[in-house]
Amino acid sequence: MMAQALRVLRRTPLHAVVIGMCLIWLIPAIGLLVSSFRPPRLVAATGWWTAFIPPLQFTLDNYRQVLGAYNMGRSFMNSLFISLPATVIPIMVAAYAAYAFAWMRFPGREILFTIVVGSLVIPLQMTLIPVLRLFTSLDLVGTYPAIWMAHTGYGLPFAIYLLRNFIGALPKDLLEAAAIDGADPLTVAPMTVTVSNLVNSLGQNWQLLTAAAFISMSVPLVVFFTLQRYFVRGILAGAVKG
Amino acid sequence: MASTLLLAAVVMAGVPLLQFGYAVLIEAGIRRLPERRQWALRPWLWLAPALGFIGIFLIYPAISTVVLSLFDARSVRFVGAQNYVFAFTHPEMLIAFRNNLLWLVFFTGFTVSFGLLGAVLTDRVRYEGVAKTVMFLPMAISFVAAGVIWKFVYEFRPAGAPQIGLLNAALTGLLPGFRPLAWLVDPRTNNFALIAVAVWVWVGFCLVILSAAVKSTPAELLEAARVDGATEWQVVLRIMFPLLMPTITVVATTMIIFALKAFDVVYVMTSGNFGTEVIASRMYKELFNFRHFGRASAIAVILFAATVPVMVANIRRFRQQEAIR
Repeated sequence: MMAQALRVLRRTPLHAVVIGMCLIWLIPAIGLLVSSFRPPRLVAATGWWTAFIPPLQFTLDNYRQVLGAYNMGRSFMNSLFISLPATVIPIMVAAYAAYAFAWMRFPGREILFTIVVGSLVIPLQMTLIPVLRLFTSLDLVGTYPAIWMAHTGYGLPFAIYLLRNFIGALPKDLLEAAAIDGADPLTVAPMTVTVSNLVNSLGQNWQLLTAAAFISMSVPLVVFFTLQRYFVRGILAGAVKG
Repeated sequence: MASTLLLAAVVMAGVPLLQFGYAVLIEAGIRRLPERRQWALRPWLWLAPALGFIGIFLIYPAISTVVLSLFDARSVRFVGAQNYVFAFTHPEMLIAFRNNLLWLVFFTGFTVSFGLLGAVLTDRVRYEGVAKTVMFLPMAISFVAAGVIWKFVYEFRPAGAPQIGLLNAALTGLLPGFRPLAWLVDPRTNNFALIAVAVWVWVGFCLVILSAAVKSTPAELLEAARVDGATEWQVVLRIMFPLLMPTITVVATTMIIFALKAFDVVYVMTSGNFGTEVIASRMYKELFNFRHFGRASAIAVILFAATVPVMVANIRRFRQQEAIR
């Protein structure tokens, strides 16, 4: 009895640190969620934590407004159209390359793999000018195929690197890598632009920003929660072997 | 809208078909060749699509950027090293260099150490899955959403007015006499405020990878040390850390590269104003606001050059790994 009490006491700091970290990671997001349901005048006047003191005043107006007036619904769909193919294409292309790197012997294999891994560190910004020029000359700027291809190009090095570790294991692992790319923050680009525009144009209109940000988070979060089990295990397999 | 839907459907079905068809086609073609030629040719055909994409979107742009960096704003007249002189002397650029150094030290330091702390500690509690998921959540959201979340935390109202930002509200509530700060504007705090947001986002990534390494440390080894009378601290510091070292190096290298490439958080939250400019945000401004291709390219080349030592170290590590395997 005594020993058990002592054990619990000794483990208190451990739990305190872990729970403390979780709170730091959660509270800002909770603040955003709560604010997105509050009426504008209250969001601007009082902290979100006061929302739970009666009288309770919550509303769906912010969501209605953002989805209607600011074309959020449209860019929501755009995000899907971009992220789905932009996820599928690189995985397939990378799978072939990774298979070749992992199981085939050919001259220059090591140098090529080094180049592929090395291209991981090329800053995205550095590629913008030539790629934009290329797309302009092909009259592809702003089209879906252009965006899909760009995502494929930028996503490939990481996908090849990860898949090289997976390949040779069960084919199921390929799906896990897909899960990894599905949660890629890059694939929500048009959403990003819309929210970014909102940030700039609305400035201090907090209540709209909060609703917009939450809508933009919802898809990646759903993907993450659905695939979370594979996601973590997938990364584990790669990291342990790699 | 209907045509977009159709296009998406075609692509979703078409791309896998195309890929599959490609494999079937090259195999069918290759079969006609003698066995030895088959094996010489096959890897290249399998690699071709990937190498094509990487070549077009990463290698060719990298080379082209180096060339453009030696030309003027419109890429017409050769100007030699002029853009580089600008990049290393302009006051805004010097601020950017200083800030990237801050990012390098503090972003890398905090992400890796919080990730390590989280990995070692969550390994010892029963609600490990929940705790890891919570810390991993920011990875699933966009930087813009993260920026909005934290702008909300940092929100500033003059002293006396009710604070609606969590940070100022908590500090004024807990510390009597604390004057609320405009965290993102005040030059003493703004860079650290931005780095904190990026740390919040990336700790989950470090945590998941380090946690995998923690799980792969042999339990018998740790148990043997405990039986021999080692305290829990000694077990972690003397036995687990050395075993984790290779993984820590990988994670730290990745974080260093991200610190050098830092852009999103700065762009969303301050646009590089108030002395928070970083190299990548400056490059973005030169490119899209000032349309100066030469300078933008020169800055991009400098950014890449800064990552080269990290890349070399990484490739050396891969070689060692291959040698061991």
